[in-house]
Amino acid sequence: MKIQVIPYNIFVIPFLVGVALLLVICLYKYIRWIGKFNKQQRDTIKKNWFSWKIFSAVWEMFREGLLHVKIFKKNFLLGVMHQAYALGWFLLIVVGFAESTLTMKYLQQENSVERVYQLENQGDWYVKEKGEGVIDELTLGNEEVSKINYKRPFYVSIFYRYFVHDVPSSFRNAHLFSNVMDGLLLYVFLGLTMAIIKIMYSRILGMRRTTRHTIVDRFSKFALWSIFPLRLLAESVTACLYGNGGFFTQTIGNLFDPMIVRGMEHSLWMFYSVMLSVFFVTLPFTRYMHIFTELFLIYFRKIGVKESNEKSGYTMFELNACSRCGVCIQGCPLDKELGNHKVQSVYLVRSIRNQERPGKIKMIADDCLMCDRCSVDCPVGIDLNAIRRIVRNKGTLDTKGNYSYVHENKYSFNAIGRIAYFGGCMSHLTPGITESMEKIFEAAGQKYWYMDKQRSVCCGRPLQQQGFLNQAAELREKNSDMIEKSGAVMLVTSCPICYRSFKTEYNLSIPVLHHTEYIDMLLKQDKIKVRKDDKKVSYHDPCELGRGCGIYEEPRSVLKRVTNLQKTRYQKDKSVCCGFNLGNTVLTVEQQTKICNASLKNLTSKPVDTVVTACPMCKKAFIRATNEYPVRDIAEVVAENLIN
Amino acid sequence: MPDFGFSIKTARTENLDKVSLEKYRELLRKVPSFKRCFQCGCCSATCSAQQYTNFNIRKVHTSFRRGEYNLLSEELKKCMLCGKCTLLCPRGVNLRSLIMNMRQLLEEPVK
Repeated sequence: MKIQVIPYNIFVIPFLVGVALLLVICLYKYIRWIGKFNKQQRDTIKKNWFSWKIFSAVWEMFREGLLHVKIFKKNFLLGVMHQAYALGWFLLIVVGFAESTLTMKYLQQENSVERVYQLENQGDWYVKEKGEGVIDELTLGNEEVSKINYKRPFYVSIFYRYFVHDVPSSFRNAHLFSNVMDGLLLYVFLGLTMAIIKIMYSRILGMRRTTRHTIVDRFSKFALWSIFPLRLLAESVTACLYGNGGFFTQTIGNLFDPMIVRGMEHSLWMFYSVMLSVFFVTLPFTRYMHIFTELFLIYFRKIGVKESNEKSGYTMFELNACSRCGVCIQGCPLDKELGNHKVQSVYLVRSIRNQERPGKIKMIADDCLMCDRCSVDCPVGIDLNAIRRIVRNKGTLDTKGNYSYVHENKYSFNAIGRIAYFGGCMSHLTPGITESMEKIFEAAGQKYWYMDKQRSVCCGRPLQQQGFLNQAAELREKNSDMIEKSGAVMLVTSCPICYRSFKTEYNLSIPVLHHTEYIDMLLKQDKIKVRKDDKKVSYHDPCELGRGCGIYEEPRSVLKRVTNLQKTRYQKDKSVCCGFNLGNTVLTVEQQTKICNASLKNLTSKPVDTVVTACPMCKKAFIRATNEYPVRDIAEVVAENLIN
Repeated sequence: MPDFGFSIKTARTENLDKVSLEKYRELLRKVPSFKRCFQCGCCSATCSAQQYTNFNIRKVHTSFRRGEYNLLSEELKKCMLCGKCTLLCPRGVNLRSLIMNMRQLLEEPVK
């Protein structure tokens, strides 16, 4: 006779219901979002869905989903906390699965009827004749059992300690497994403790401020927090009764009186199962949706899917991949300097995801400097500025602009073989920069064409940032036309805002350089000669040049040749925006000046003679804010130190 | 009359009984810094669009202030939002916000 033994107890029901609901809801959501991908994104997926990039995607899923390397780099303690949750729980599941599988395979090898009797008496195992119903008690005593098949439903590894009390001592790994599982549980507890500390004293974990969560999020969080203590209690009680615990659960179990806790065992396992179920059911509606969504996001990003100007399925993946960790709050100048705690990216993402009032979403999206600080910091790598641009997209207001006047401009120039120089609107307010650039061009013996000397057409980026996409495209068309027809070989621009636009939004056939890159090139090719003075200067990384385009080293290399460059506390990708970034139209001048002062304070924390920047906008902002320090552009500093 | 390139403006009268200033009041609520404007014209002087054409941002917001909304919508589309006016304004008026809000308000039907 062949028999099957199946572990089962009523308390697995809540768990199974929770898992089933979780699967159904997640599948429904994911299928819906994938259906909402726009045509361009679909084409990318069709083209690349299976390529070598999958390997790098899996590697990144492992690094970011489990190890949380990016958070580690930002903040060690926060990294430990997130890793303890993610890696700890993941390993609990994996090792638990391995433990139950190996042990039950061993039991199967034993193939002994006595063990089946034991299990039968335990009451939590069904002994079943193959192909038939449940066997009534002890009817198999008279028949010869040829094969015992241990069924391993997937839930058995979750409630493993309850179902398997006594493993034969010949199975040596049993003790090792229970100790490893206890170690992992302790590891998760480390994360839990840090999370509780973070709520009360966030500064200990290096967070100035944590995210304000909604009630639903908090509810789900407490469900998550109760899972692990309940598991510990349940396992300890079982360990107390049957002595099958590891170093941690057995020690706690030994503190209990078996007579007292015997009645509690079942209810504790039930509680544990119910809390798991509650967490699973709330998961798709809370921030914990990021656990699975981040993996999808990493895959889509790796195969080259990009955010478009409209809300699409990919946006939904981005919105749901946000874990609301609050890292974006730490660097935000609006939070830090103006005490505005409502408009950070985490709240934008949440309000779009929860479909809050359009007015509120618009308010949050508009009140942002677009300085990219949060996008750089985001450990999930969500393209936060793209999401802001999607909300800012003006829709009906964005008809074609009334820019026919720029075409009336008969100003054309034959610039074959020359360098086109685009000062940008803001450089017209800081003529020192453009004059210095002309001086440098002449010193290098380079023929150039100053294309917006008399009249300038905006590059289109300010309109683009405010969501007037058609109008921005119209201006870009005009500028591209002018540059391509002139026959210039290279475009040099003084304004990082224009630079980013030319680099990312235009499709120019000629190379585009910011003037810091260009001067660095001239110096490296020995086309201009400079002397070094001993003035101490600090360098401000403009948002659009540094975080926007990744130009950090060129300006520093130039400055090291001509002056004595000092380091500042927040520099490179951590630099503080000057406050006048064109991305924001909501801030008043007073508020902008406040941010500007904070930025200046960072630049002048060490004694310096001059504040140097590479952006006409930042220069103008600093000049307005300080009389104490001279503010120069890199081009001016170099032009001063030229040796003819 | 000979064309000097400039002329004296013809006299105009505004019938305040017929003009609705509702949109202007709404604009002030949205951009309070506009209250500080003393119409010096710095915004127009520095304007990138003004260098090409007779677009005059000062004229536009002055008309808006008087409740003359005709043709303003088309006129405002000439603005490139480059932000020079905002940076130069001696009174700290947030002109970029002003322009965007004027556009928004002109789209909405009159109450």
